[in-house]
Amino acid sequence: MTQVAEKEILLNGTQAVAYAAMYADVDVTAAYPIRPYTEVMDTISKLIADGQLDAEFIIAEGEHGQFEIVKHASLVGARTLVGTSGVGWLYAMEAIVVTATDRAPVVAVIGNRALDDPGAYGVEHNDALMVRDVGWLLVWVDTAQEAFDTALLAYRIGEDPRVLIPVGVSMDGGFLTHSEQIVRLPDRELVKSFLPPYDRGKLRVHPDNPISVAPQVNEDWVTEIRRQHDEGMERAREVIKEAYESFKKTFGRYPGTTRDITMPENPFVEPYMVEDADVILVGMGTVSKPMKVAIKNMREKGVKAGMLRIRWFRPFPAEDVMKYLANAKVVCVVDRDYSLGSPFRGGVVYHEVRSSLYDLDERPKVLSFIGGLGGREITIQDVEKIIKIGVEQRDTPLTRHTYWVNVRGDPW
Amino acid sequence: MTENELEKEERMYKSIIKTIKQAPLEEFYTSGHRTCQGCESALLMRYLAKISGERTIVVGATGCMYVANTTYYTTSWVVPWVHTQLGGSGGAALGTAAALRALMRKGKIKEEPINVIVFCGDLGCADMGLSGVSNAMTYDYNLLIILYDNESSANTDIQETSMTPYGAQTSFSRPGTARRIMKRRWKKNVVPMIIAGHRNVRYAATTSPAYPLDTLNKIKKALSAGGPTFIHSLDPCPKGWDYDPMYSHELGTLAVETGIWPLYEYIDGKIVYNEPTKGIVEGRIKRKPVREYLEKQGRFSHFVEEDYDYFQKMVDEMYEKWEIPGVMPIRSVELARK
Ligand SMILES: Cc1ncc(C[n+]2csc(CCOP(=O)(O)OP(=O)(O)O)c2C)c(N)n1
Ligand code: SF4
Ligand SMILES: [Mg+2]
Repeated sequence: MTQVAEKEILLNGTQAVAYAAMYADVDVTAAYPIRPYTEVMDTISKLIADGQLDAEFIIAEGEHGQFEIVKHASLVGARTLVGTSGVGWLYAMEAIVVTATDRAPVVAVIGNRALDDPGAYGVEHNDALMVRDVGWLLVWVDTAQEAFDTALLAYRIGEDPRVLIPVGVSMDGGFLTHSEQIVRLPDRELVKSFLPPYDRGKLRVHPDNPISVAPQVNEDWVTEIRRQHDEGMERAREVIKEAYESFKKTFGRYPGTTRDITMPENPFVEPYMVEDADVILVGMGTVSKPMKVAIKNMREKGVKAGMLRIRWFRPFPAEDVMKYLANAKVVCVVDRDYSLGSPFRGGVVYHEVRSSLYDLDERPKVLSFIGGLGGREITIQDVEKIIKIGVEQRDTPLTRHTYWVNVRGDPW
Repeated sequence: MTENELEKEERMYKSIIKTIKQAPLEEFYTSGHRTCQGCESALLMRYLAKISGERTIVVGATGCMYVANTTYYTTSWVVPWVHTQLGGSGGAALGTAAALRALMRKGKIKEEPINVIVFCGDLGCADMGLSGVSNAMTYDYNLLIILYDNESSANTDIQETSMTPYGAQTSFSRPGTARRIMKRRWKKNVVPMIIAGHRNVRYAATTSPAYPLDTLNKIKKALSAGGPTFIHSLDPCPKGWDYDPMYSHELGTLAVETGIWPLYEYIDGKIVYNEPTKGIVEGRIKRKPVREYLEKQGRFSHFVEEDYDYFQKMVDEMYEKWEIPGVMPIRSVELARK
């Protein structure tokens, strides 16, 4: 049985992406097990078994093979879905890089997970962030609805001839991969009008179009080819905006919103109570949930706090970051990742935010908070404490750049 | 044999060419490459493109046959060609074949037979990419993986791989004053590994570009067998083996005539020996001493009597002790019990 009309069902984050791939009518999928993303592929396999999705389902010998499979399928013109977590993403790294440099717009789900050693199943963003420099579009979602909607958008954006870049859809392991939420599924016919067929045009590998893909270029051409890729990344900004508008027009709601969730209409970031805020928290993924509660609590105590959730990390929304943070006194960036040895020992998002703010005439102070690693919860109390530190630093000259949240042996 | 199986076998053989004159005139691997003079792997590329024809997608793993064949703007490939990573051949084959199958089934592209050929060197295929190649052999997609074996990591200036012959010099296995032989492990036996471990494979073969007709037909049969297929080609490499390029073919034939490189096909559970190997196994042709082959290559120039003897003994065993001569290192069950 195929779903046709709009309906609401209970799905967790991984299932939501699998459903989006079904709605997108993917042709080739490649699987390999690793927690916490695995249920994406469990779901795909069952949808195929039940006749709801017509796609090839290949179980690779490892993640490197998994990404080689979808890269080559994508070059032949197939729409693909792939995914992994933590060390799986790193095991595939070589294939992941060439997927981008070959301009194969595969969609990959990353159920964010800590890297080994020592082992940990829980969320951490260092896995997906490993590719931040090599030309993947990267997006973080914080609800199952946003996961579904963003996966559909990912096909539309990545496959746009102006872009042709793979998209990594990140979701926090455990907190989103495994939590069920009501997801509104659109009318299938409408999806067809929103998402045109994938067409590589002159770049398609087929005997009717006998091209050589990725020949040896050396110093002769590699600079120009990287530059082209960079232009594609830059054009993605406009394409993302168009796609979100078109989504709203087609389905009658802004991506990520439901009957219960409303958000300002900005594809790149979700601003929350930022207008009058002194202290603005910045983060990616489900940390937005404790942040929102803590902000409300602190506002009751008279502290003007707000939040900016970064959704698209690549291309990085520097202009939005400037716009929403310009009037803050203190910006507290909460990184679920680390960048050991980096300036001021800060997290990855911290550096992006700090660098985005550099050209402002009056810059807010920017603090880095590293926490929630390996799946440790960032609690409401943790966020309240972060806001308090922000307030303290507001009123004195900056005494410290980086804090580790709730870490043993280091009072913060 | 069921009727269906007979039909399949007939289809495989119907296309066989009897003389080289019956080979297609058209070339799909042409000028533009910059492989060394006398490069037998380049010749293999030419054969595979020639016999598979226009309705083909070729994927090539990193190695000499990537780097030397596809300089930007001078690609030698007339058919579509895609690079895959050094260890990516199996995945690349699966992805390409799966995409074609899905797109055809779903009516997104025209339904027609398109050959999928993926080639990889000995390091890329038999070492780094082996698990991926093996995985590709477990599915039922129509694809051919060709291992072009120049017995070294040639593109990186000749280093030892697991496929380098016993004792050969490479930049990772140079003889020294304390140790004459640095490469002590014996070469992997890849085709038997494929056929023993993958029931889906209906056709696999060893080949040598020194036997053009045999090689052309093997590629043709592999492409018409249905499902995943595998060919392992031993390709003399003047740079890595250190000999005058004019002797490439001679070395190719000597490898077979000495018994070092047996030529055979695996067809649906049967082993068929080809060219001189057939005569050798049937006892009609006497194997030449391995020394005749080894002596002609600089990479064995440090060999002394005991090295030749050891090499000869190992090759003799293949024919005198193995239950399936030249193919499987299994002796009779009785012998194993003793
Ligand atoms: C992951 C990775 N490791 C190492 C290399 C360096 N490298 C390039 S070509 C090559 C040789 C491959 O040897 P083989 O597969 O036998 O092909 P040949 O060059 O001999 O034709 C190597 C090691 C690479 N390209 N990728
Ligand atoms: S090094 Fe060997 S394999 Fe490479 S191009 Fe030269 S002859 Fe061919
Ligand atoms: Mg080699």
